[in-house]
Amino acid sequence: MEDTTHPHPSAGHSALSGRFDLSGLRVPLLPLQPVLYRIVRRVARLHPELFERLGPHQRTDFVIDLTDLPLALHLRPYPPALVMRAVRKDRLPKHQARIAGDTLTLLRLLDAEVDGDAIFFSRDLVISGDTEAVVTLRNALDDVEGSIAEDVASIFGAPGRKALQKLRNMADEPSN
Amino acid sequence: MTPRLTIGPNQYFWSAKKKIDFYNRIADEAPVDTVYLGEVVCSKRQPFFDDHLPEVAERLQRGGKTVVVCGLAEVMLKRERKASEALVETADLWEIEVNNAAALLHMGGKAHRVGQFMNVYNPETMRHLSARGATHFCVPAELPGESVALMADEAAKLGVGLEVQVFGRASLATSARCYHARAHGRTKDNCQFVCEEDADGMPLDTRDGQSFLRVNGIQTLSHSYVNLVAEAPDMARMGVSDLRLMPQDVDMVAVARCFADVAKGAIDGTEAEARLDAMSLEPPFSNGFWYGEAGHRRIAAKAAALH
Amino acid sequence: MITGELVCPAGTPASLRTAVDAGADSVYCGFQNATNARNFPGLNFTPQELEKAVKYAHDKGSWVLLALNTYPPAGKFQLWKEAADLGAKLGVDAFIVADMGVAEYIAQTHPQVRLHLSVQAAAASPDAICYYVREFSVKRIVLPRILTIPEIREIKKEIPCEIETFIFGNHGLMVEGRCSLTNYATGLSTNMDGVCSPAHLVEYVRDAEDNLSTRLGDYTIDRFGPQESAGYPTICKGRYCNSAQPDGYYAFEEPISLNLSRLLPELIDAGVTAFKIEGRQRSRAYVKKVVRSFRKAVDDIRAGRDPSLADLVALTEGQKQSEGAFQTKKWR
Repeated sequence: MEDTTHPHPSAGHSALSGRFDLSGLRVPLLPLQPVLYRIVRRVARLHPELFERLGPHQRTDFVIDLTDLPLALHLRPYPPALVMRAVRKDRLPKHQARIAGDTLTLLRLLDAEVDGDAIFFSRDLVISGDTEAVVTLRNALDDVEGSIAEDVASIFGAPGRKALQKLRNMADEPSN
Repeated sequence: MTPRLTIGPNQYFWSAKKKIDFYNRIADEAPVDTVYLGEVVCSKRQPFFDDHLPEVAERLQRGGKTVVVCGLAEVMLKRERKASEALVETADLWEIEVNNAAALLHMGGKAHRVGQFMNVYNPETMRHLSARGATHFCVPAELPGESVALMADEAAKLGVGLEVQVFGRASLATSARCYHARAHGRTKDNCQFVCEEDADGMPLDTRDGQSFLRVNGIQTLSHSYVNLVAEAPDMARMGVSDLRLMPQDVDMVAVARCFADVAKGAIDGTEAEARLDAMSLEPPFSNGFWYGEAGHRRIAAKAAALH
Repeated sequence: MITGELVCPAGTPASLRTAVDAGADSVYCGFQNATNARNFPGLNFTPQELEKAVKYAHDKGSWVLLALNTYPPAGKFQLWKEAADLGAKLGVDAFIVADMGVAEYIAQTHPQVRLHLSVQAAAASPDAICYYVREFSVKRIVLPRILTIPEIREIKKEIPCEIETFIFGNHGLMVEGRCSLTNYATGLSTNMDGVCSPAHLVEYVRDAEDNLSTRLGDYTIDRFGPQESAGYPTICKGRYCNSAQPDGYYAFEEPISLNLSRLLPELIDAGVTAFKIEGRQRSRAYVKKVVRSFRKAVDDIRAGRDPSLADLVALTEGQKQSEGAFQTKKWR
């Protein structure tokens, strides 16, 4: 699917993007790849039911566009051949579904801390392409108890958990 | 068996005169077996035609038509409950068609027909109602052909009639709220019968300008006219006993003649389809529901033949 | 008898546990197929999941109500029978049904399990309700969201069963169980397939000016300007045009949510036994917040205190809320 839509630049309601808009930067993506792969493998090991719930959409290619960061993620949640890698926004891979939002919104969605419907209605989240795939992913994530974000952070030990906490604190503070 | 042709209940709010003229012409000219009368959509409209109902019924009977009087689809208010009980009381005078479960409570085993709004989707429900006096069933417009075939088998076993809507706008939804009144900034209680302005329903187009739906008071209808003339021969083979033409503000006598010719085998489905197309009616035709597809679609009957 | 029983949505096992932990008296849920009216991708329960869920709920003293509230088309009835048999085997506390054939099957085969009449049956009068009670021994009626409180009070006087009303969530406009709008646009039926605006036929289209069109099948259901919050494209929440309203208007209803928190004491007084929260398709976060708030409100009322409610507006569609038809019949 050709995806030409770009997130609205005025995403200033997020604490993170309000302070550091990094989306214009160029960063080397290569060092990120093994880390991302470790993350998705860990999630798959801890939460097999999440992947079962995805059903046919295990084979869907998702692009998760982090609007406040200079990268997007490519996810294919097919357990025998998991894909999760960082990609450049101007070179998105072939995909069927795209979710765009700032990091904190997506983090909160990941942990079912906020209603996906509510986020979407307020336009903090932009969905394009295969809407069913996105709805299925959202519903499947919602069935995961505990925090995926914390599972992930704990890969990196104490520094990881600290970084997550910092992110969350920023989200809780009122933005300007 | 040749299916019978029926004229379904008129869903629109036409003036009494327009309605009487319509039924007189049906009585004299339309090759149909049965005509359904009575207000189905809105209880506020009932008084306007009820007074004329006996004379219209008599005229139709003189024209050789069976008359069936229909009840309301929505029963909630006191007057609607009374109307629904009164309908059951008239079951000794003429045949009745029930469109809300409220009437069933008072039926006491009397013979009655079951209308499109009663949601009879399966043989189990049909058997339940048939055991309590139902003699004839009109299935919902959205029931696909393969299910209709099974319903026809069951109807034959039970010795009851099975009717399918083959022409006219499909009823897609009803509501407690009047959308005609709402469009004009009024409420249902203060509607001033604005629905009378739209003899064939009020259009709802998408914001791209595409025709989509029609509003008729509390009812929402399809923009397209259901047209199952090409499928009528299949229905006859399945054992569908009655084909229902829903009144629209078009030449219904011409429509009925076309369906009658197909039903008796004088013309085939393709020719009948061409004849209806040649009427150049304003809305497009659709048959998607029959094939289990989107209702608005028109699917080539031959290519999609069921059997 | 408990009054003010809180009946809460459970789209997934995790949200069922969340609802129970947040104080739900009952949870309602369905299988992953057409037998229930929220047959949405990624939602609902496998038989194994339901078995565990029933145990979890029962251990904490909550009921599990299984929704079998769609209309089986001829040829597919077996699926509903199997779902009912399975539900009875797993020990659900009630079935929520709409179809007369399904109701009769359960009444005859599993008479020990309570039957609740779904809002999808559209029984809006004492006569219709009494028919279902007489024929299928229905124990509870879920009333359509179209009645005023005085009307509910009148109905209660005439019916020999409990009343459940919706108090929060999506505001249904069409008579439930009588709506084929989705099928007209998509070929999938709300009554027969349990879907409403199926996600795989939903598309969001953005133009150069950042206007967002929401499409269902071949139809544009609405278009939103850059600053407008968008809704999910359900046909009855869309904007359309005609000669009376050439610029486009909410032909059926504005996208608002029902919130009857203020009316809870009156509803109890009118004879309502159970309060239903809509939203099996919503997230655990929603379930937790809404169930907790209403738990507290109902407890306050029972203790004779004025119920105070957390602000639930942010969770409602389009950020607006309404008391719908319950307060005044002018809504109609």
